[in-house]
Amino acid sequence: MKRIVTGAFALALVATAAATPALAEIKIGAVVSETGPASSLGDPEAKTIRMMVEELNAKGGIKGEKAKLVLYDDGGDPSKAKTFATRLVEDDGVVAMVGGTTTGTSLAILAVAEESKVPFISLAGAIEIIDPVKPFTFKTPHTDRMACQKIFDDMKARGLTKIGLISGTDGFGASMRAQCIAVAKTSGIEIVADETYGPKDADMTPQLTNIRNKSGIQAVLNTGFGQGPATITRNYAQLGITLPLYQSHGVASNAFIELSGAKNAEGVRLPGTALLVGELLDPKDPQKNVVLAYKANFEKAAGGAPVSTFGGYAHDAMRILTEALNKAPSAKPAAIRDAIEGTTGLVGTTGTYNYSKTDHLGLDLSAFRMLEISNGGWKLVK
Amino acid sequence: MSDLLQFLVSGVTVGAVYALVALGFTIIYNASDVVNFAQGEFVMLGGMISVAGVAAGLPLPLAALIAIALTAAIGVALNTFAIEPARGAPVVSLIIITIGASIFIRGVTQIVLDKGTHRLPSFSGDDPIHVLGATVLPQSLWVVAGAVAIFVALWLFFTRTLTGRAVLATSNNRLAAQLVGINTRFVMTLSFALSAAIGALAGVLITPILPTSFEIGISLALKGFAAAMLGGMGNPKGALAGGLLLGLMEALTAGYISSHYKDAVAFFVILAVLFAFPRGLYGSNPVERV
Repeated sequence: MKRIVTGAFALALVATAAATPALAEIKIGAVVSETGPASSLGDPEAKTIRMMVEELNAKGGIKGEKAKLVLYDDGGDPSKAKTFATRLVEDDGVVAMVGGTTTGTSLAILAVAEESKVPFISLAGAIEIIDPVKPFTFKTPHTDRMACQKIFDDMKARGLTKIGLISGTDGFGASMRAQCIAVAKTSGIEIVADETYGPKDADMTPQLTNIRNKSGIQAVLNTGFGQGPATITRNYAQLGITLPLYQSHGVASNAFIELSGAKNAEGVRLPGTALLVGELLDPKDPQKNVVLAYKANFEKAAGGAPVSTFGGYAHDAMRILTEALNKAPSAKPAAIRDAIEGTTGLVGTTGTYNYSKTDHLGLDLSAFRMLEISNGGWKLVK
Repeated sequence: MSDLLQFLVSGVTVGAVYALVALGFTIIYNASDVVNFAQGEFVMLGGMISVAGVAAGLPLPLAALIAIALTAAIGVALNTFAIEPARGAPVVSLIIITIGASIFIRGVTQIVLDKGTHRLPSFSGDDPIHVLGATVLPQSLWVVAGAVAIFVALWLFFTRTLTGRAVLATSNNRLAAQLVGINTRFVMTLSFALSAAIGALAGVLITPILPTSFEIGISLALKGFAAAMLGGMGNPKGALAGGLLLGLMEALTAGYISSHYKDAVAFFVILAVLFAFPRGLYGSNPVERV
């Protein structure tokens, strides 16, 4: 029995070898959290990456060579992400990697990328990924520090300087809370209340009651991700608090309005990407065509699933990588890295990317749009 | 004054959510001494299946009934295919099986249903009720009423019905229960069906307050388990009291001390209580017969 199995296996190997065309392939690696706790982010990322590799090959590939995607699902587990990244580099022989849905998995993958000197474009938010700059690691999403700056700029434009901060205790909420406290010092914003909540708590009225009671408070900022901010928004309306409420870019999606209830979310402001408001953009806006095209393609490929910011991060990473692969004089990792660093004026769904040797984020504050929820939809704040 | 009232309202709302989950642990624990760590998954299924039903155009009560019936069937399947075949195994092994089952249920849910977060509409609207300067959402009253109703039903079941006593007898001594003519296999099936149904009902009640997703079960089961341990595992009175106490401690800590220490204070109190009453506030004292 064993011999038959071995024989069949050997035969299959020979058959595969014979079937493989002699043409060279460019292998692109991806590790995303398609399942597990971060799957609402990783799922659209995986769909986008698959879709874009198909599109690329339909258009003739890279310099006439087909691109082959090797995609692994880490389930949100950093140690699995590290294992898969190692496998991509050592066994699959990829020329570059995309992925790292969460900050935790991104940090695990970048360790492998830097050690083996393979370019890696991360899809996670934390500033630690590219600060200090690491030779082979890039990222496409904004940092939470930029979100804090954008929100504080908008507050100051409205004359609001004394604010209450309420943050989730999850990684996203805690990281953005620390960044906002640091940014507030230099932006002339005074944080007069600092409360936290568990990401899956059912009720936050005690924290909000205490924030409301602080004298002189003018606005409230919630740094959080997932369902917590929706619960905050409902509790805010329940308590009848009329101060302006700001949410983070982490909940910039239609699902947030749905979970909060349109009436409760009325007037809430948050920084988001152009992707969310593609139809509302000025026709002269360079991002308009890019986001509308991605939205149409994604929704067709994903069978009607709504487009999300996270899929947009993957879209931008794949665009940057494809352009770099086309420009690079060879498929050597260092050449690809130099080509990514040479990216200028690339218009993505998140913003316009200008990478350099010292900037592996490539975005500035103009990439964020300040949005306001109005009648269950979005409105651009001018 | 109105602040204190608001904190109490919050504590009772959250506490009732914990109590609903804790009550679900009671029956299976009483029948088999197994702490069913898939209980949070039953709550999640109740919410997720109702959401799917409502999205498919069913009226909420019908969707809720279907969710409860389906979840009860899943509970029975869990017993038939995972617990029953391992009947001779020690309780610890059975508990580990329930952890495995919970991971399995989570995985299947995210494939069969979806990975998103959803909310059910509130049963009687979202307009808050004002009481002496504090505000209560109507759905909170539903959750509290649901917890009390399930508590009363369970209490009657275990003290007034023959089947309920058969469940307790099976837990005390399976062999002796069989000898006096109790169909212990049926008791196990029934206890899983009832626990799952209670979990699903809890899920339907709380989803308008606490949005549901495939992964909500873990955190609910942990808090529900803590509440059940605090009150005394297996006693419906303990589940209700433990849940409400835990919720109130969290809300009052967040209100008067600091929200940063909300969970820490709650768990510190639980440790202190368990130190003084190792079987929980209403736990029965073990009687060893020689």
